[in-house]
Amino acid sequence: MLQRPMIDWLHPLATWIQAHPHLFLLVCAALPLVLVAAVELRRRPAAERQAEPAELPRTAPAPVPERRDAAPTVTVPEAPAPRAPVAEPPRAPRLRERLARTQEALVGRLERVLGGRELDAEVLDELEALLFSADLGVPTAESLLERVRKQPVGSDAASVRATLRDAVAEKLRAVEQPQPALAGPPHVILVLGVNGSGKTTTIGKLAARHAGEGRRVVLGAGDTFRAAAIEQLQAWGERVGCEVVAGQEGGDPASVAFDTLRAAVARGADVAIIDTAGRLQTKKPLMEELGKIARVIAREVEGAPHETLLVLDANTGQNAISQARLFTEVTSVSGLALTKLDGTAKGGVLVGLADAFGIPVRYVGVGEGVDDLRDFAADEFVDALFREDA
Amino acid sequence: MLETLTQGFSAAREKLAGVRVLSEENIDGALRDVRMSLLEADVDLAVVRDFLGRVKERALGEKVQTRVSDASGRTVKATPGQHFIAICEQELAQLMGPVDASLARKRGAVSIMLVGLQGVGKTTVAAKLARHLQRQQRKPLLVAADVYRPAAVLQLQRLGESIEVPVQAGAEGDAPAAICAAAAERARREGFDAIVYDTAGRLAIDDALMTELDEINAAVEPANTLLVCDALMGRDAVNVAQAFAERLTLDGVVMTKLDGDARGGAALAVKAVTGVPIKFLGTGETVDRLEPFRPEGLASRILGMGDVVGLVQDFEAVVDEREAEQAEQDAERMLEGKLSLDDFLSQLKLIRRMGPLKEIFAKLPGMGGFADQVEGDELTKVESMVHSMTRQERGDPDLIDKSRAARIARGSGRKQKEVRDLVGRFLQMREMMGQLGSGGMLGKIPGMGRLAGAGGPELDPAALLGGGGGGGGARQGKRSTQQRRKKRKAARKARKKGRR
Repeated sequence: MLQRPMIDWLHPLATWIQAHPHLFLLVCAALPLVLVAAVELRRRPAAERQAEPAELPRTAPAPVPERRDAAPTVTVPEAPAPRAPVAEPPRAPRLRERLARTQEALVGRLERVLGGRELDAEVLDELEALLFSADLGVPTAESLLERVRKQPVGSDAASVRATLRDAVAEKLRAVEQPQPALAGPPHVILVLGVNGSGKTTTIGKLAARHAGEGRRVVLGAGDTFRAAAIEQLQAWGERVGCEVVAGQEGGDPASVAFDTLRAAVARGADVAIIDTAGRLQTKKPLMEELGKIARVIAREVEGAPHETLLVLDANTGQNAISQARLFTEVTSVSGLALTKLDGTAKGGVLVGLADAFGIPVRYVGVGEGVDDLRDFAADEFVDALFREDA
Repeated sequence: MLETLTQGFSAAREKLAGVRVLSEENIDGALRDVRMSLLEADVDLAVVRDFLGRVKERALGEKVQTRVSDASGRTVKATPGQHFIAICEQELAQLMGPVDASLARKRGAVSIMLVGLQGVGKTTVAAKLARHLQRQQRKPLLVAADVYRPAAVLQLQRLGESIEVPVQAGAEGDAPAAICAAAAERARREGFDAIVYDTAGRLAIDDALMTELDEINAAVEPANTLLVCDALMGRDAVNVAQAFAERLTLDGVVMTKLDGDARGGAALAVKAVTGVPIKFLGTGETVDRLEPFRPEGLASRILGMGDVVGLVQDFEAVVDEREAEQAEQDAERMLEGKLSLDDFLSQLKLIRRMGPLKEIFAKLPGMGGFADQVEGDELTKVESMVHSMTRQERGDPDLIDKSRAARIARGSGRKQKEVRDLVGRFLQMREMMGQLGSGGMLGKIPGMGRLAGAGGPELDPAALLGGGGGGGGARQGKRSTQQRRKKRKAARKARKKGRR
């Protein structure tokens, strides 16, 4: 990382340049110069240790995929999941308990703050703190507080709680839109998200759900980057009993998507779910790659992808806002899946997201089992957050 | 979000602009801005309160030094506003420090157990640590103890292969503790002096899996237990860390996914609340991207000043070695005042590859406002005009007279005035750059000394870069008088400096 002096130097310069906007060409031309120096600076300590090979950007724009010579492998399980490929994790507590834990964080403390007291400046202050610490985000917390402030001074705890509850419920109900009617066939679902958000697991659970309802599902192993990501999806395919179309590790994900759709059409599949490699939303070339995948899909099946699902880790803080914004810029994200909703103080970011983007929330992942993917229900979520006996 | 943060601190700075003494009244507003910034960066509220309390105490208690010497020993003026920000930064670094990226040894071997929630990047960190240890001339062994997630073992094996580190995995149905014990045994037998245990991801509240960790811990007694923590995490990071710390003795934290726009404020709170030091940062998806932790770097990132880091990384991501060298050569030529329009074009192309101009500017500290004034297609226009020039003209833009300008305008579909403006601005810029190069302020930028020669006068960009400079299109004759005038000015300045 950079040294302080560099930043010190940039500030006055920036101020000056701002005053002379017509000189922006100068800035453009000078920027590489500054950056070269900065890169130099960053590399120096490493170079002293030992000469390092230059790191290549992760994905060079893939050449137009040669469909013929890159024959996709299709794994077809013989019988529906003869054995689980890996050990089932130890049984975790059930949904109700988990939701109970989620609400402990917000409402447990809400009780402590309000606990019989009347609304005054001090309570408001603590309330503010409470809302902030539930990952609601500053704008949403402020707007909720605004509602509370409108209440007469001296309002009791119950009415404050009711006000908050209504405000949150209102925001969440607007995004409660479960899975849309199936289009296609095939109904094409493209799954995106940052690294480690739970895309592959969500796909596995989603496939299990569709298969359980008697639909024919084809999965596309579009994460060709991470080591063993293809195998991870194949393991799920086996567990659920559906086909997995895969290419080579390091291959072009758009061509995997293409092959998946061809296979889905050929086999008359009802649902095709396409995995993608996790990517941080700030990585431009990788985000552009997503756009390309979406375009390939749109070309192959009319109206596809019918669902572009952004998978979001419930542990995520305010970065979720940035994720939603930047993923929406490259693809038309049509739904959210909130995963890992099993700890404390989680999922608050959903309220902020609903406020800022209004993207429909489809699913919540509440555990590690195959059947732990639920439809998002706003009232249930809010009830859990604001239960009276918390 | 990025802007919000930077704005928070700029707002604080602005509120204190013109203030001569920091007082309770005038810093309250500033503190509120800082508070918002930190909350937006996912810093835990209790930590924020504590932090602000200390900043306030120091800001009011300390005598503001108006002249301070910076790293290179120069004396610079500091306003109370700057002083305030400096306190914030020091206190942030204080919260995150002390620096300690060392790894403990037991019986001569470095053993590390990695624990953390699902999807934070444990397996990748395991491989990165193995690589790190390898570089320290150790012989590491990786242990795949995540038997639950499909293909987790395979993932580690692939990563191990890529760095030529063997991976110990169990047979199907083996208990994780048994796999780890067997690996420890193998390490002793085969002379591995470093061992990294990759455990299953877990939900901190899950007792069964926590028990499993206890068992591994008891079986192999690792010298280091590191918690892998995701920089994207919200405030729950603190609860998670606490839950782990209650069950296990944590020796350090590895923070991952710092290559995005995450602020890592949550991780800051982890250090503050649990007292466990941050040891490493994961800054990329390849096995080499592991950095020993430096609190100052993260502090300026959280303060919203470290966006330059992101910019540098963007730059690194789009250029290869050859291009970087090319850019460096261009830069040198630029500083000698010999830049051609061709060089200029290639610089612009590099910049464009990094993304929209607007976003690039937004990452430069204090340039957010400037970004709004930049028209999106400005660069395209410039490029098309340069493309319509002959090679000769590009090498020596002075050649471009009225009739040449007319031809270029026709070729690029722009107006003649635009062509003249461009040429004028370019010449003006080249001249400034040349002045910079000859003993200008380049010496101020660390790492630039080599390019610019030694030393430099006190930072005064306005003076150095020449007066306001009208809207381009300067005519030749006029330009040369300007040039002479500027040269005289520069010389005066240099003499003045000599006396000092």
